[in-house]
Amino acid sequence: MISLGIDVGGTNTDAVLIDGKAVLQAVKTATTEEVGDGIVTALQRLVQASAIDPARIDAVMIGTTHFTNAVVQRRHVARIAAVRIGLPAAATLPPFVDWPADLRGLVQGPTFMIRGGHELDGLPIAPFDRAAMKEAAKEIRDSGVDAVGIASVFSPLNDESEQEAAEILSAVAPGISITQSHQLGRIGLLARENVTLLNAALVGLAKRTAEGFVRALANSGIKAPLYITQNDGTVSLAGQAARFPVHCFASGPTNSLRGAAFLSGIEDAMVVDVGGTTSDVGCLRQGFPREANNNVEVGGVRTAFRMPDLLSIGLGGGTLVDPADPARIGPVSTGFQLTERALVFGGHELTCTDVAVAAGLIELGDRDRVAGLDKGFVDAALARCHAMLVEAVDRMKTEAGDVPLIAVGGGCFLVPSKMEGVSEVVHVPHQGVANAVGAAIAQVSGEVDQVFQGMKREEALERAHAMASERAVRAGAVPASLAVVDQEDIPLSYLPFNSLRVRVRVVGDIAGHTL
Amino acid sequence: MPAPPKRITMDDLEAFAIGAWILGTGGGGDPYFSLLEARQHWGAGKSVDLIDPLSLDDDDAIACIGQMGAPIAMQEKMVDGPLIARTITMMEEHIGKKFKAIMMWEVGGNNGFQPFLAGALLGLPVVDCDAMGRAFPRADMTTFAIRDLPAYPWTMIDIRDNSVILTSAVDWTWMEQMTRKICTVWGSLAATCKAPRTGRDAKDSACLHTATKSLRIGHAVQAARRNHTDPVEAVVKSEHGLLVFRGKVTDVLRRAAEGWLRGTVVIEGLDEHRGETFRVDFQNEWSIGWLNDEVKVTVPDLICLMDTVSGEAVGTETVRYGQRVSVIALPAPAILMSPKGLKHVGPRAFGYDIDFKSIFPESVR
Repeated sequence: MISLGIDVGGTNTDAVLIDGKAVLQAVKTATTEEVGDGIVTALQRLVQASAIDPARIDAVMIGTTHFTNAVVQRRHVARIAAVRIGLPAAATLPPFVDWPADLRGLVQGPTFMIRGGHELDGLPIAPFDRAAMKEAAKEIRDSGVDAVGIASVFSPLNDESEQEAAEILSAVAPGISITQSHQLGRIGLLARENVTLLNAALVGLAKRTAEGFVRALANSGIKAPLYITQNDGTVSLAGQAARFPVHCFASGPTNSLRGAAFLSGIEDAMVVDVGGTTSDVGCLRQGFPREANNNVEVGGVRTAFRMPDLLSIGLGGGTLVDPADPARIGPVSTGFQLTERALVFGGHELTCTDVAVAAGLIELGDRDRVAGLDKGFVDAALARCHAMLVEAVDRMKTEAGDVPLIAVGGGCFLVPSKMEGVSEVVHVPHQGVANAVGAAIAQVSGEVDQVFQGMKREEALERAHAMASERAVRAGAVPASLAVVDQEDIPLSYLPFNSLRVRVRVVGDIAGHTL
Repeated sequence: MPAPPKRITMDDLEAFAIGAWILGTGGGGDPYFSLLEARQHWGAGKSVDLIDPLSLDDDDAIACIGQMGAPIAMQEKMVDGPLIARTITMMEEHIGKKFKAIMMWEVGGNNGFQPFLAGALLGLPVVDCDAMGRAFPRADMTTFAIRDLPAYPWTMIDIRDNSVILTSAVDWTWMEQMTRKICTVWGSLAATCKAPRTGRDAKDSACLHTATKSLRIGHAVQAARRNHTDPVEAVVKSEHGLLVFRGKVTDVLRRAAEGWLRGTVVIEGLDEHRGETFRVDFQNEWSIGWLNDEVKVTVPDLICLMDTVSGEAVGTETVRYGQRVSVIALPAPAILMSPKGLKHVGPRAFGYDIDFKSIFPESVR
């Protein structure tokens, strides 16, 4: 199977072709304002260099930090409406209550708290206030927002209130994009609602982005199905992913960690991914990213997502260096304008890339343009970069002994060859495009989320596991590689026959991509 | 000499939330929601003084408050400070007397926070003591029940403004049974003001200085996070506890029944515990832990699950499949381990035919 992996980062767009365990070809191009343009360029160069017939490509996997960056950088997020159904419960903590003020200022549009929702036993808290919902729907329509997030109390147990609210909204404001919280999260109103609101704020961007991806592929003559990589290292079809952009939040780091494991063959190690703008340090355990604790914040908003435990510092190839003080590095970066603004590329700003070229660590651009840099300055700037990386790796290490460190990313020339607490700094071929490699080898999943009735818990779980496994295999997973990554069961006491809602998620490697 | 009153700042509350969640031994609810509401009150210029119970006059009237119910209900319905405050004014009207201060019913979890919200809203100080020294699921599992102090009167309110005053009860077990039924009908969550206490009661029969303990634990975790050292180890060291097990959650059986959250969590060992299995039962709080099917630790020793990386407490309502957790034990207050105490809070009070044997050697206790 030949898969095409693409990583659309803040600075670079990388693409790789992978056949089984072999990397056939890899290219790196600059990310463009219109992300599709960069992809087209990358694909043209890739197809040209590998001389492969685009029709032979079986699947395309794109990983992108686009949606996370939108939230983190407060760009391209839409103003949305919020509907919470659950009064008189939770009255003192309204929607957006724990959001950072700046993001809240951008995103929060008309916000409503309405009577309704359910109790733990599935019975109504109060009758759903349809009249209030209709009034809210009219205000939402008249406010001109394109998207709305709806969350009702205990909707993972009973989604009636959310469904009714969505129907009313669709009738009053046809075409408005609606995210319902029961589609996204589990019990825990605030975190589920936050994720729902973030999703609503991103669906417009996600739709445009996915359309750009599709156009780019079509222009390149590729007919293979398009997948977008998700937080947990699996893929979902582009159409589905565009509806739930929040599921793509952590796919960038997940891909780079998985790509590092694939390229190095090492399953337990620290990984540093030095990109254009940041260096991300993570930890591989048995080939998978170590997870962060339960309350992961995205752009300062608390979510209940499972994401890789990651430390990001503002150090990358495009990071600006103060020409007057070699110890002052970052956090500002040239971003995707590295090839215009860096000295070696004819620009007028001193970046970490310029320092590395001056030190002879890499050959890039016009070396003569940095020949005038003082050697003492170059050494001091590099020493500062090294110190920043050493500290970041040390902070993420959880074991006392020395562990290997795999260096990946376009800026990995900044990683020193020896580090305290590190047994060996591992460099591998194609390390600059580990992200795209991670996307290309993304796993597939099978999920079950349904109510089982009239059977014991063990039996219901067993059936759910079997069904989820079968779905994963049908999606292309190798049976021997299947692993359960999530499992939850909740009794629905308001339904008869010992009803149990079971959610099971199984993931597995695609044939030929086993680590 | 009693300590002087301490003005509680928002920074204190951030630390208190961490410590109280750990002392909640899995229950008492996630303090995060109260913390969010507290930020609103403190942001509006309100605050609370923490006072030493030893500074109370013997006949001072003290309100004992907390929410009751299944912690999972709090995950969705969260918290409502004004509602909690109303249970206190309702009690004042009933007994015809103004309270001098508020004390925590249980220091653990969100419940430890309730007096700070109510205190800020009513302008009353909070007494540095509680009736459990941790969290427990039942009203008869308190130091006041162990000391056979009266269990009534009792006020309770739900979010819809249904309210009840229980004017008498034969004992704490009856009070527990009656209020639990009401709480269940209301959706397994109710705000309550328990039987009022005197300053003398608090000094003689409560677990003293437990808010300070919670602050100390919170500060230990914050310092460890700042210095990139192990927060779990920091708590163990600060409180003379014991690291019992480290592993990954592989099964969560969780059922809400009769107004409680009950179940079992299975943890497969990692690192030095690879190949071993730890199982822990819960009724709102962690109650009994088995290592490879042998009883390892039981109530009233404090059993705490913590996120291995962040040191954040893991609640019985938030624990989930795949989570990496550390199990630690902390010593229980002496009164809970007395023969009378064990009748109320020992393994048998939770329905297990097991004798209590502390995981801590005599000398540590």
